Amino acid sequence: MIMKQNKQSTKILANVKSDFPLFANNQNLVYLDSAATSQKPQSVINAESEFYKTTNANVHRGIYKLSAQATELYEQAHAKVAQFVNASKEEIIFTRNATEAINLVMYSYGMHNVNKGDNIVISILEHHSNFVPWQQLCKAKGAELRVIAIDKNCNLDINHAKSLIDDKTKVVAVTHISNALGTIVDVKTIANITHKQGATDAVVVIDASQSVPHMSIDFKQLNADFMAFSSHKMLGPTGIGVLVGKKQLLKNMHPFLYGGDMIRSVSIENTTWNDLPWKFEAGTPNIAGAIGLSVAIDYLKTIGMKKIQSHEQELTTYALKELAKISGLTIIGNPTHRAGIISFTIDGMHPHDLASLLDSENICIRAGHHCCQPLMKQLNLTATARISFHVYNTKEDIDKICAAMKKAQQVFA
Amino acid sequence: MRCHEESAAGVRMKSQIPNSKNIGTFDGVSADQMYREHILDHYKNPRNHGTLATKNTLHMHDVNPLCGDEIDMYVEIKNNKISEIKFSGKGCAISQSSASILTEEIKNGKKDVTDITKLSREDLQDLLGINITAMRVKCMMLPLKVIKMIIYKHLGKEPNTEE
Repeated sequence: MIMKQNKQSTKILANVKSDFPLFANNQNLVYLDSAATSQKPQSVINAESEFYKTTNANVHRGIYKLSAQATELYEQAHAKVAQFVNASKEEIIFTRNATEAINLVMYSYGMHNVNKGDNIVISILEHHSNFVPWQQLCKAKGAELRVIAIDKNCNLDINHAKSLIDDKTKVVAVTHISNALGTIVDVKTIANITHKQGATDAVVVIDASQSVPHMSIDFKQLNADFMAFSSHKMLGPTGIGVLVGKKQLLKNMHPFLYGGDMIRSVSIENTTWNDLPWKFEAGTPNIAGAIGLSVAIDYLKTIGMKKIQSHEQELTTYALKELAKISGLTIIGNPTHRAGIISFTIDGMHPHDLASLLDSENICIRAGHHCCQPLMKQLNLTATARISFHVYNTKEDIDKICAAMKKAQQVFA
Repeated sequence: MRCHEESAAGVRMKSQIPNSKNIGTFDGVSADQMYREHILDHYKNPRNHGTLATKNTLHMHDVNPLCGDEIDMYVEIKNNKISEIKFSGKGCAISQSSASILTEEIKNGKKDVTDITKLSREDLQDLLGINITAMRVKCMMLPLKVIKMIIYKHLGKEPNTEE
């Protein structure tokens, strides 16, 4: 029965690759680096181009029809993202990327709410983008940085989290899915612990960069206060990311950047701020990017997040099985819940050398520290090779990389 | 034949690039041109590997932040020449073989330290006798960068940041 379902999901997604022109332009490319950035379907590429060809004008400014149309499309993009993650439109702030979204929270919330003697709790799994801002905030404020550990299978240690979060905890910032290892973190439990044990104003920040592109996410259900993700990892364009924040918090927060569009009125003496989300979107935004992102969401929804997730689960299970057949290959971590990301090392061959040899076979993988140097140090590794999937990947991709890795091993034998 | 010893720095000697180990159907140019037998040999059996700890030892460490390659260089300079050199490090075949080949080339007073500071990317590539893909140039250059840092410090000069 399970087999039958698997076959079905593969069949449904069999023709997806043809939606992505990059694959037509790079014959026989095996792209296994979607955790770094995803490829873009034709519809997304067209959306940006069409906007510039037919509707381009600045938003929230012009009286003329064209500006009104551009504004409507831009605002619809907020609404589409809001609906996609179950938040309200005012709670969706467009940034450049997830990194900027997290920095926005650090500057506009953290700088004004974290004080000497407080603590901030992050995890060892964090990408530098959800690590360095909090580390630097702690340094600036004389607050303590606490780091949740992982267990031997690379699951986040929830009991350790419980022991670290206390009434001096002002921010808990954790990733939903480890970009380096694929571990899915039970962020809802972390959020519940924080709101029970943390300071009354403690907030939970979730880095959802690796989850929103691959599974159905409900911001309200996660019980988080802020959530960040990037368009380019979810089949959308680069240069646009999203901060989701609880309305009540965003209302009381200081602006992040000052300038045009984020103001209500300006006098020589003073300025008042625009409504949400515009208060946090200073300057001319990435209008075409927002529209591209909304079309990417349309694309994801047409296939269905459940189908995407089960397709990637199927690929992951298959890849783990096939990788285990390669002698000298060690898979890093054995988390209870794993997304479509697998990190590994091969005896006697540095991941960069492996990546170069695979590149000569038109296979794209990531090799390095994955912007997770504290994690790598903890695991006593300098680098790993990483493969990651999205909707366009197939079992054939996995067969090709396994064959190519065996050949690469011969070079280094 | 160890071509890197024959190809003097600054002189392009493509014809002397040694035959690659049979890499089978790795038909793309990049890997075929990088992972030649002598590179793999230096990677597996690095020359001048280790540390120095005399009172004259100059030591520096650097990493390639993109990929985490690490190199420690231990150098002794006498009469403006490198009298002894050792390296240790962690990293890919390109960075580690580059360190091995480069230290062989410049030790025992073969070169004036000021000449070493003038070694370019092209010189090092010729010395290694391989073509390097763009993304791996930093791996190859790291050992040379650390040696240059030591020499500049020894000479009391500011490093040339354009290198």
